[in-house]
Amino acid sequence: MSTQDNLPEVPREPEVLREPVVRTGMFGASDTGDTSGYGGLVVRRAPRPVTPRPYGGYFDDIADGLERVFGEEYADAIERVVIVGDEMTIHVKRERLVEVAKHLRDDPALRFELSLGVSGVHYPEDAGAELHSVIHLCSITHNRRVRVEVSCPDADPHIPSTVGVYPTHDYHEREAYDFFGIVYDGHPALTRIEMPDDWEGHPQRKDYPLGGIPVEYRGAEIPSPDQRRSYA
Amino acid sequence: MSATYDETTEGTVYTVSGQDWNELIEELAGATDQRLVINMGPQHPSTHGVLRLVLTLDGETVTEARTVIGYLHTGIEKNMEFRTWTQGVTFVTRMDYLSPIFNETAYCMAVEKLLGITDRIPERAQAIRVLMMELNRISSHLMAIGTFGMELGATTPFLFGNRERELILDLFEYITGLRMNMAYVRPGGVSVDLPAGAVDKIGEFLKIMPQRIKEMRKLLDANPVYLARTKDIAYLDLTGCMALGITGPMLRAAGLPWDLRKSQPYCGYETYDFDVPTATSCDVYGRYLVRVAEMEESLKIVQQALDRLAGAGLKGKPVMIEDKKIGWPAQLALGPDGLGNSPDHIAHIMSSSMEALIHHFKLVTEGFRVPAGQAYVGIESPRGELGAHVVSDGGTRPYRVHFRDPSFTNLQAVPATCEGGMIADVISAVASIDPVMGGVDR
Repeated sequence: MSTQDNLPEVPREPEVLREPVVRTGMFGASDTGDTSGYGGLVVRRAPRPVTPRPYGGYFDDIADGLERVFGEEYADAIERVVIVGDEMTIHVKRERLVEVAKHLRDDPALRFELSLGVSGVHYPEDAGAELHSVIHLCSITHNRRVRVEVSCPDADPHIPSTVGVYPTHDYHEREAYDFFGIVYDGHPALTRIEMPDDWEGHPQRKDYPLGGIPVEYRGAEIPSPDQRRSYA
Repeated sequence: MSATYDETTEGTVYTVSGQDWNELIEELAGATDQRLVINMGPQHPSTHGVLRLVLTLDGETVTEARTVIGYLHTGIEKNMEFRTWTQGVTFVTRMDYLSPIFNETAYCMAVEKLLGITDRIPERAQAIRVLMMELNRISSHLMAIGTFGMELGATTPFLFGNRERELILDLFEYITGLRMNMAYVRPGGVSVDLPAGAVDKIGEFLKIMPQRIKEMRKLLDANPVYLARTKDIAYLDLTGCMALGITGPMLRAAGLPWDLRKSQPYCGYETYDFDVPTATSCDVYGRYLVRVAEMEESLKIVQQALDRLAGAGLKGKPVMIEDKKIGWPAQLALGPDGLGNSPDHIAHIMSSSMEALIHHFKLVTEGFRVPAGQAYVGIESPRGELGAHVVSDGGTRPYRVHFRDPSFTNLQAVPATCEGGMIADVISAVASIDPVMGGVDR
C-alpha cells in the first residue's frame, strides 16, 4: 500500500453548490440591515432529483419498455425519471413528447390507454423550465399509473400538443393555456376555456396576483388573503 | 308583436325570450337559410346549471354541438395557494357541490400521501370516510336521476329523488353540522366523530332506502315513454370513452367494469363486499341502470361500514391521526348555539396543558408543513375518476392544486353523443353525462 492510498479523500464540491442561487438572506430585508445573523445566507435551488435504477415494482417494466422502443435515443427523449413512493414521473424533452406519448399508448408492454388529463404548474425559480405541463396516464390493461412531465421556458412557452394521441387533452390543454399561457402547438383550437375570451394574463401563474380587499371584522381590519403573513 | 332580430355579419340573429316561439316561427316562415344556430344556456333549466351549448341545427337534427363553460369559474385552485393545507378542504368541498365528500377525500388523500402518513390514518376515520362517500354517492345519483326525469318532462322522479336525497342530507347535517359543503374530511382523518345516535339514524335510513330505490325502478325501468327517450340515445362505445377520457357510469355503461374502488382500492375498499354494475348498451338507458345499481351497491357498503363502526373493534377509536404536529387539534361538540369547539378541549388547552396550547396555536394559525414534491390521487366519484394533483414546495400552503374533475372531462363527450341526433335528445345526452358545473369550472 502506497502513501497515496492512505491520504484522506479530498472532499469534492457537492453537486448542490452548482445549482443557481434562488434567495439570499433570511427575511428578504433589502432596505434595512438584517440583524438576525442570517443576512449572508445563500439558498440555492434544490437539485433536480433523479432516481437511479432499479426503480422497483412495475416501474422497471415501464422504463424497459421505453428503452426498448427508443433504443439508443432513450437518453435523448427522456431527461430523467423520478420515483417517489408509489408514483413514477418521467421527465420528457418537449421535442419528443408526442413520440413518447404514442409509445406509451400503443406499445403492448406499456398500454397507457387512458389519460387523466394535463395539469400545468408554474415554477418561477426553475430558470429555463418555468412552466411545467404534467400528464397523468393510466393503463387499464396492466393497472398501472405513470406521470409524464414536460417543461418549457417562460420566454418560449411552447409545448407540442398531444391531442392527436389523447383526444381528451383537448379541454385540458385549453385549460393549461388559459391558466398558464403554455401554447400547445398543433392543438386544433387553442382558446381560453374558463376565463372570458378577452381576459388579460394567465391567472394561475405565480406572478399573477390573487387580488382581494381587506375585511373589517369586529373593529379590526383583516388583510386580504394575498397580503396575510406567509410562513412558507 | 314579432320576435326581435338584428342583422349581423353571421346572418340574422333573433332574440327569443320565452313565450314568443309562435312569433319566431312566423318570422322564419319565409326564410331560405337551412342552418339555424341555437344558443342553449347558460340559463337553460336543463343544462345542469350554467352550461352553454351552441347547437347548429338542420331542421331538428343537430349537425354541430359545442360546449361553452367557465360561467361558474371561481378560482378555487388559485385561492387555495393562499390558505393553509387544512383550509384547502373548505374550498374543495365547494367545487362539485353534489359530491363534496369526494372532493375532500381526494384532496386529503393527496396531502396525506405527500406527508407520508397514508398508512397512519386511523381505521375508524377510513371507515367513516367510506360511509360518508357512499351516502354521498347515493345522494348524487338520486339528484342525477331525479333531475333527468324532470328534464324529460316527468316530475315524479324529481320529487322522489329529492325526497330521498333529503334523508341523506339530514344524515349529513346530523353528522357534520352541514347539509352540503361540510368540510368534514380533513388531512389526517375526519373533523369530528359520529355523534351519539348517528348509527341508529343511518340504520333507519338503511331500512327505508331499498324500498325507495325499488319505487324509482318501478317508475322508470320499464316505462315506455322513458325507454323511448333513453334507449339507443347518445351512444358512446368503449373506444370513444377511452379516447375522450370518459370514466364513471358512462364508461361502465359501455361494458368496462373499471371502478377505482375495485381496481386501485383506497380507504380500505378492498375489505368491503360489493359488485361493480355494468351495462353494455352504451346509451342513456344503460347509464341510468348503472347508476341505480350503484346506489344499491352503495347501500351494501354503507351497511358494512356501519357494522364496523358500531362493532367492538372500532368503537371509541380516534378519528384523527395521533400526531400532534399534523392532527387538527380542535375537538368539536354540539353546543346550544350549534356545532363548535368542545368545552372540554378548551379547558384542556387553556388550563391543563401548555404543550397542547402550543400545538393548537401553531396548527391553527400557521398550519403544518408538507414536504416538497407532488402527488396524484384518483378516487371513484359518482361521475368518474376525481383526481387531485397536489404540489408542495415544503411550506404551510399548497404550491399548486389541480383537480381532474370528471364532469370537466366527460363534457367533451357532448359533440360525440349529440351530433347527428335530434335536438330533443341533446337533453338526454347531457343529463346522462351528469355534469356538475361547480366541478367543471372550479
